Amino acid sequence: MQTLSRCLFLAALISLAVLSAAPAMAAERLKVVATFSILGDMVKNVGGDQVALTTLVGADGDAHVYKPTPADAKALAQADLVMVNGLGFEGWIDRLIKASGYKGPVIVASQGIAALKAEEEHAHEDKDHGHKEHGHKDHDHGKKDNDHDHDHAKKEEHHGQGHDHDHGEWDPHAWQNLANGRAYVANIARALAAADPVHADDYRRRAAAYDQKLAALDKGIRERLESVPADRRKVITSHDAFRYFGTAYGMEFLAPVGLSTESEPSAGEVAELIRQMKKENIRALFVENITDPRLIEQLAREAGATIGGTLYSDSLSGTDGPAATYLDMFRSNIGQIMKALTS
Amino acid sequence: MTLDAYTTFIQPFTEFGFMRRALVACVALSLGCGPVGVFLVLRRMSLVGDALSHAVLPGAAIGFLIAGLSLAAMSLGGFIAGLIVAALSGFVSRVTAQREDASFAAFYLISLALGVLIVSVKGSNVDLMHVLFGTVLAVDDASLILVASITTVTLFTLAVIGRGFVVECFDPGFLRAVGGPGTAMHLAFLVLVVLNLVAGFHALGTLMAVGLMMLPAAAARFWASQVTTLVLTSSTIALLSGYAGLLLSYHVNLPSGPAIILVAGGIYVLSVVAGPRDSLQARFLPRRHFEA
Repeated sequence: MQTLSRCLFLAALISLAVLSAAPAMAAERLKVVATFSILGDMVKNVGGDQVALTTLVGADGDAHVYKPTPADAKALAQADLVMVNGLGFEGWIDRLIKASGYKGPVIVASQGIAALKAEEEHAHEDKDHGHKEHGHKDHDHGKKDNDHDHDHAKKEEHHGQGHDHDHGEWDPHAWQNLANGRAYVANIARALAAADPVHADDYRRRAAAYDQKLAALDKGIRERLESVPADRRKVITSHDAFRYFGTAYGMEFLAPVGLSTESEPSAGEVAELIRQMKKENIRALFVENITDPRLIEQLAREAGATIGGTLYSDSLSGTDGPAATYLDMFRSNIGQIMKALTS
Repeated sequence: MTLDAYTTFIQPFTEFGFMRRALVACVALSLGCGPVGVFLVLRRMSLVGDALSHAVLPGAAIGFLIAGLSLAAMSLGGFIAGLIVAALSGFVSRVTAQREDASFAAFYLISLALGVLIVSVKGSNVDLMHVLFGTVLAVDDASLILVASITTVTLFTLAVIGRGFVVECFDPGFLRAVGGPGTAMHLAFLVLVVLNLVAGFHALGTLMAVGLMMLPAAAARFWASQVTTLVLTSSTIALLSGYAGLLLSYHVNLPSGPAIILVAGGIYVLSVVAGPRDSLQARFLPRRHFEA
């Protein structure tokens, strides 16, 4: 009898110890929430094991039209640090942060980059009112974005760009330029170091190593594209997500649909695009991992071209896909583009 | 560039295959949706189309889970889900005292919630409905064949059940009293509605499918009073809207779905104001009355 009670007592002690140790162990790791998969991958590269990362919009997800879940709000409420892309990409994030009661810092990863203005015709292109829920959400989009755009617009003033807060003023797809990706990584490293000074050196070290890889890939892409004549570097994608890629690497990306995956094309624009494809003999068409391929198929049929493959724009692929990380996404995209341009 | 009649009205369709396809899709949809829309209005089920566009979600989600991002699987799943919702609500309203609008609302909400649940639990963030619902500019051969077949089936079925069905619309009690197959007809009609809508969603988007079904039918009421003329008027208005909307979308760079539906909406408003029957004009400026 005595041994039994001793056993029970010991067991109780052990479970108590486990109980008290569990939160302590969790508290050691910095809890970071990143809004979408590409940003999440960067945070993972800089934060390593010292960061417990939650990514809201996962692989092959579309952050333009994302609907947050209560689990997202819970992750935010428990977070130490929240990382967003900014530039109006995650229209839903401000309301979600408010709803979750999160009071900590919100790091805008795109801070300090030279943001591209959204082209007028695309920024104000009529949204698809067909899907009632989306329609409403879209309008919120513009309003909710403002907080982030405010920060950003202030930052951009010295770039000589305007600072009115119109719906979709900036093109948010800034990570499609590796130079911007390096700026993201610097911002992430700074934010992690500030939030967790004990491990600041680790973050800086990992960021520096990662930055080197990004810089090397950036150089590699430039070299590969140089072999293609400038006037042949024209590619068609389903939505306008590659303008940063285009300006950075001297390519022209054309798309029948505007910046958001939610806009609906007009017959006039599609016709114009087909005329241009025929006139300039553009043969490289791509679908994206997050969009409906049918319109691109229509374009290919009409202009007698074939579809080159899938480009990853706003979201990584699953772990066994060709674009499981930010670096792999660029490698996969440039491989596809080179294949289509040189064939 | 001078905009003579040829370049304005015909050349967009001769130059571009996608415009021809869009036009053919509109023609097929108009022919099928004209009569279906008229009967929906007659049966006071005008909002069923909207409800069904939500009801297809769980089917589309299950199709997605089984076959990935396959449009065929998602459409088939959506069709089955829509059919189940329509059949259950039709059944409940026939067997119990509940009216069809209430039972439809109940079942589509259940279906929608189930769909959101499946999508969320399985954790894909691609907006399935957004992918599933197409645009008229992207209609391919398979979609065209689908829409055209469904129109054919619709017209044949209506030709077979038409006469009895009209009686059923106006006086269900009478048909039941003389032993007619009222419930069977009603269910057959619901199948047609679901078929037309799901094919329309898949090929042309929700807005186009529901809009081209309901707006012309609602407008036709101000021009005609017999079922046959109502159907003809409704199909004609749908056809005109499709053609004019595509041209607007082409020349003025408007998104095609909204352009087509807004033309239909414009015709509806015009009909309410100035149509020959029961319109505002007929009611408040009854000129013919004085002449007679």
